[in-house]
Amino acid sequence: MRSYLISRLLGMIPTLAVISVIVFVVIQLPPGDIVTSTLDRLQAQGVDATEEYVQNLRARYNLDKPLVLQYFYWAGNLLTGDMGYSHLYSRPVNELLWERLGYTLSITVSALMFMWIVALPLGIYSAIRQYSIGDYIMTSVALVGVATPPFLVALVFMHIGFEWFGVSTGGLFSPEYEDAPWSLGRVADLLAHIWLPMIIVGLGSAAFTMRILRANLLDELNKPYVVTARAKGVGPAKLILKYPVRIAINPFISTIGFVLPSLISGEAIVSLVMGLPTIGPLLLTALLNQDMFLAGSLLMWLAILTVVGILLSDILLAWLDPRIRYE
Amino acid sequence: MMDTVLKVRGLAVDFKTDIGLTHALVDVGFDMPRGKVTAIVGESGSGKSVTANCIMRIIQPPGKIVGGTIDFAPESMDPFEIVSLGKRDPRLQELRGGLISMVFQEPMTALSPVYTVGNQVAEAILCHRKVGRQQAWKEAAEMLERVGIGDIDRRIRMYPFEFSGGMRQRVVIAMALVCHPEILICDEPTTALDVTVQAEILTLIKDLQNELGNSVLFITHDIGVVAQLADKVVVMYQGRVVEIGTVRQVLKDPMHPYTKGLLAAIPGLAPKGEPLATIASVVGDTDISRPYPLISLPDGRQVSMPREQIPGAII
Repeated sequence: MRSYLISRLLGMIPTLAVISVIVFVVIQLPPGDIVTSTLDRLQAQGVDATEEYVQNLRARYNLDKPLVLQYFYWAGNLLTGDMGYSHLYSRPVNELLWERLGYTLSITVSALMFMWIVALPLGIYSAIRQYSIGDYIMTSVALVGVATPPFLVALVFMHIGFEWFGVSTGGLFSPEYEDAPWSLGRVADLLAHIWLPMIIVGLGSAAFTMRILRANLLDELNKPYVVTARAKGVGPAKLILKYPVRIAINPFISTIGFVLPSLISGEAIVSLVMGLPTIGPLLLTALLNQDMFLAGSLLMWLAILTVVGILLSDILLAWLDPRIRYE
Repeated sequence: MMDTVLKVRGLAVDFKTDIGLTHALVDVGFDMPRGKVTAIVGESGSGKSVTANCIMRIIQPPGKIVGGTIDFAPESMDPFEIVSLGKRDPRLQELRGGLISMVFQEPMTALSPVYTVGNQVAEAILCHRKVGRQQAWKEAAEMLERVGIGDIDRRIRMYPFEFSGGMRQRVVIAMALVCHPEILICDEPTTALDVTVQAEILTLIKDLQNELGNSVLFITHDIGVVAQLADKVVVMYQGRVVEIGTVRQVLKDPMHPYTKGLLAAIPGLAPKGEPLATIASVVGDTDISRPYPLISLPDGRQVSMPREQIPGAII
């Protein structure tokens, strides 16, 4: 188990290195850079930048150096925790990022929890009562859930909230707590608001994983080891949970790895629609304005979160299934 | 009068399929003498395993018991009837694994891959007796040693996939016997094993039966195994019992045409160089696919064939 852990942890390093190269290339791809967009802005204000000013600007962002060197400057700073300076917001990226990253993480992790809590019992029920009315209802609802994009669900929820209950469902805080310092009241206010994005972001994945669990469990239910356990006198509830479910949740856990990125991207769109102060809208703004340091750091962080998520699901799998552990 | 531990009468099982009902068992009846080995023989699909599953009440849908009785007379408690037990009757849970237990055909898949061998054997004890975990594991270890698994301190914490097929079957046997059931049902326990391991497992089952004194219901299509193990033989064909007798009666002097065909089809007995005998549905004057009631003969055996064709029968 320990060697497995170490090898997986070491494996993360090249993965992230490759991702950082890709991220760097992607943010370099569109024509222009911070300097050109700054000049555009200055020009729009009627200010003519001198050649010297432009040179200084290029030098400050290392833009006068070859691309490869630029990458190493960028990556090296990332490693030391310096994510650069957001030209757009005129603030260090670090400052901008932490709070939003926190919100993104809380929404994503709570959506993941929501997904589990909903999908697990419903998937089990659907499988052991296959072709019952309850099963038909749930699989049909789940099909709709899988097919509906989260932003649409968000719009529907907001519409219902506004039209029927007269409440504005956007944002993560009530106006009075919006810019207040952290306090118990603010935490409570956050909790009172976060459940809606949590449900909206988690709904599609919950439906998806429920269907996976149902299919897996149906495969396992009639396996000989279940019959053996039954013949041994194991009670009905324990029989289902200890034997087939235990095997059927294996793929269920490994889906965390690929559900996580979709949760994060789903969260981005939902946040735009609902006006949530998370990473998604910030990333979009940064990309639109070619704020390279900000966009690069954000993309890098999303990549790190995803890689860590996959790592966690792999560790969980190894812990649950000895067959993986012993390889 | 012989002491009977299990009395099956008129057992009928239907499987609902897309094209209608399949009668998997029709009017199956036999007795199991206490402390003896009763073998059920027959070809694939003759209803051997379905019969065993009925006794354990683990028939899965679309299969359903539609009639008959199974009277069980355990030594440790009052006799009761199995088919009519309610789903929540505590005796049903006690029956499964406690009073009657089962060894399955496929040792490779009969154990869950994610729990240790010790966990799965000890669970059988924990299901039926109020003992602590430690005590259960201790007894599980003793039973595992008894079925021939050495180096027990290490192996009890191993997973089934680290065991060979023969060792897994030993684990399954230990799991079945650890609660000292009164009946051990073996559903083709050696079919999936290679020949040398087969012999070991058979010897083990026989030795343990002598030692523990339990009754055994042994399901097989291997006549050689029947000769080696059984006291009494029940021959099944197409969901019906066609002949019942002692192992000597049935193997030395088969009466029913199907039994005769079955014996003739054993490769070892056939003359070399000739095609093996096969069993047609009509043997001699008897259409064996037509059901006849079981008739009891004076020498204790029962056979299902037209009365006038039974040699020496008193009509």
